[in-house]
Amino acid sequence: MSETEVKANPQSEPSTSVAAPKVESRRDPHADAKKQRIVTPEYMFQEAPRTKEFITGSEAAKEAIRRSNVDLAIAYPITPQSETMQLVGVLYGEGYVKEYYRGEEEVGVMAAIAGGSRAGVRCFTATAGPGTLRGLEGIASWPGHRLPAVAMFTCRVVNAPLAIQPDNIEVAYLLNCGMIVFHAENQQDMFDFLMAGFIISEKNDVTLPVGVCCDGFFVTHARGYVRMQDRAIKLPPRDAWRGAVPVLDAENPPARLSRDAPVQKSNFMAYNIHAVWQQEVWAAVERSRKYINQYMGGMLTAENVDDAEAVIIASGSAAAQSREAVRICKEKGIKIGLIKIRSLRPFPTEELRKLCGKAKLIVVPEFNYVGWLAKEVATAIYGYSHAKIIGGPRVYGGQSMPVELIVDEVESGLTGKKSTNVPMSSILGGAVNQDDVAHFMRSI
Amino acid sequence: MSLDYVKFANGFEKFMPKEYRDMVEHGPFGKKVSVSQMGSFKEILEEHPMCAGCAMTLFIRLAMIAVPNPEDTIMVGTAGCGRLAISQAAIPFVYGNYGDQNGVASGLSRGLRLRFGDKPKDVVVMAGDGGTADIGFQQVLHSWFRKERFTTIMLDNEVYGNTGGQESGMTTRGAVLKMAPLGKKFEKMDMLQMAKVAGCAYVATVVPNNPRRVESVIKKAVLIAREVGSTYIQAYTSCNIEYAIPTDKVMEDAKTVENDRYQFSEYVSDEAKQYLAERYGYKEFLPKPAAPAGAIPNKA
Repeated sequence: MSETEVKANPQSEPSTSVAAPKVESRRDPHADAKKQRIVTPEYMFQEAPRTKEFITGSEAAKEAIRRSNVDLAIAYPITPQSETMQLVGVLYGEGYVKEYYRGEEEVGVMAAIAGGSRAGVRCFTATAGPGTLRGLEGIASWPGHRLPAVAMFTCRVVNAPLAIQPDNIEVAYLLNCGMIVFHAENQQDMFDFLMAGFIISEKNDVTLPVGVCCDGFFVTHARGYVRMQDRAIKLPPRDAWRGAVPVLDAENPPARLSRDAPVQKSNFMAYNIHAVWQQEVWAAVERSRKYINQYMGGMLTAENVDDAEAVIIASGSAAAQSREAVRICKEKGIKIGLIKIRSLRPFPTEELRKLCGKAKLIVVPEFNYVGWLAKEVATAIYGYSHAKIIGGPRVYGGQSMPVELIVDEVESGLTGKKSTNVPMSSILGGAVNQDDVAHFMRSI
Repeated sequence: MSLDYVKFANGFEKFMPKEYRDMVEHGPFGKKVSVSQMGSFKEILEEHPMCAGCAMTLFIRLAMIAVPNPEDTIMVGTAGCGRLAISQAAIPFVYGNYGDQNGVASGLSRGLRLRFGDKPKDVVVMAGDGGTADIGFQQVLHSWFRKERFTTIMLDNEVYGNTGGQESGMTTRGAVLKMAPLGKKFEKMDMLQMAKVAGCAYVATVVPNNPRRVESVIKKAVLIAREVGSTYIQAYTSCNIEYAIPTDKVMEDAKTVENDRYQFSEYVSDEAKQYLAERYGYKEFLPKPAAPAGAIPNKA
């Protein structure tokens, strides 16, 4: 191309367009990735210096994957997740992720994640709402196959009529899969939980997939401060040779999950084998507790709970709204605390029993219709707390949650005034005299 | 390295079951065996729970002999009769979810390539006609379009045998089966054509009554899939139960069906031909004029 031709093109005129980026054709696009240094999880999570950036949840996920030594990432678009996996695609271009492709849809993606994990490599994918449910057959089979992997769920509406709005009802389906499930409140949680998820998932006495959920849009598309370690360090790779469950690489004797035909038959041995298998999956979920405490600093966080008469228990974006409600309640002179649940599976049952023993009122705000968290909380603390439990307020279908809704429930719950937002059927213990119940129980 | 896992740890030999000792001492691992030597070595698949007279079992048995590196092969399947036999074989088998075999194989083969580079780790999908053409259809086609480097083998008995005889996409038009009480209303799906359209580097049809041909196509398909791209073999493996074929007539039926709708056909892409000729010495694919299309190599 001659010099005259270049000048004739307005896109090349420095005065009329942004200067073209310098082409460093000789520079290896993977140069930075190759320079990454492996550090121990303990150093990464607890000691490595961090700097603060103001980024979206999708970008936080990208930065977590950059530092997580991921081998295989498989993408498929769905709102509000798409940006996350396309940013992971950028990491693939830069060499931080070794293998990456856009799958056919979620059934195929979850199958391929299972294949990759069986091959012994570290796998990551992300989906949302209808994609989660479409892929659920595969996702629900990962724990039984003892496949370590991390999946991110940027929750959205799943019910008809079709909508893309935030709503975390899909978490209710994930809770019973046998996988480990975390719920991120914000961009920082998303960053931390994803990275810890890989390490916890691959622990030999766990060997389970980890799901990291967040409320779509509120976390993925909004910006927040995220404190991150240097991008020049990364977690150790998956060490498939040391895995408790042999990977299918024809280098080790294979796991014979299907070889043992009795599992497929209809007799006592078959039932027993499958029953034991399920017990072992859930026992592994239990064994992950110590690692969640070690690498994530606990299954929950509790703020001002000790002397509180009212406690709000929330996870995800509801925890962020609850924090503001707590501030308003304090201004009104209410003794109130906040428990944010980070890990839904395993569930912090013992922790809640200790923390809720003295509370008079527990309010559980949620971003879904069914109230899966209120049911979890009520089941966990039954018999360990005399508190009245308000299963609400709840918003769904894309609604945001005004903090006043939560404040109203705290006030009406403490005063006995009738709630305007939560139906009586979602209030536990409100009309029950605990002494009468105790007397009845002693007398029968 | 992988051969080590089929060997005994020092001192354990005398404690191992005879079946296991036979597999280590007389099995095909690390050796070149051929279907013509059947009976003189321990096969990878011997005991199985399949029906008497099952042609599918014969085909699977032949396929196990044909895979070029059994010690570095991983099979992937899905629900259906076939997996009852495949899962009894002495090579690793992934039995995942319904119709997910080509998705699993995509992740598996990519993962193995990340870990082992150029060292061959052959991934072979073996699933039924329902698993391949119906419930797994989307993942099958997409794995081919993506040129995933593994082999897909369809065990086509033209029926859902394992669930008790229901119509599948590969059933011929007019066949009366469960869920097709008035006879199937549309044609047998042309998966061969679809494989070619989707870019498979090798596509072949085969029936089990010609063991050397079965061996030949499987060897080629697995070798091509190592580097060139997806390969597809469609095998007629009759269900003598659901189609009421007397056990002594199963091979006769295979011959009849071969003449009717399962004539041997073989498509090899130019790239695959060159690869087989240069890398594995397939003389019939050396560039020369008037090479007969679909020629059967004389060597196994």
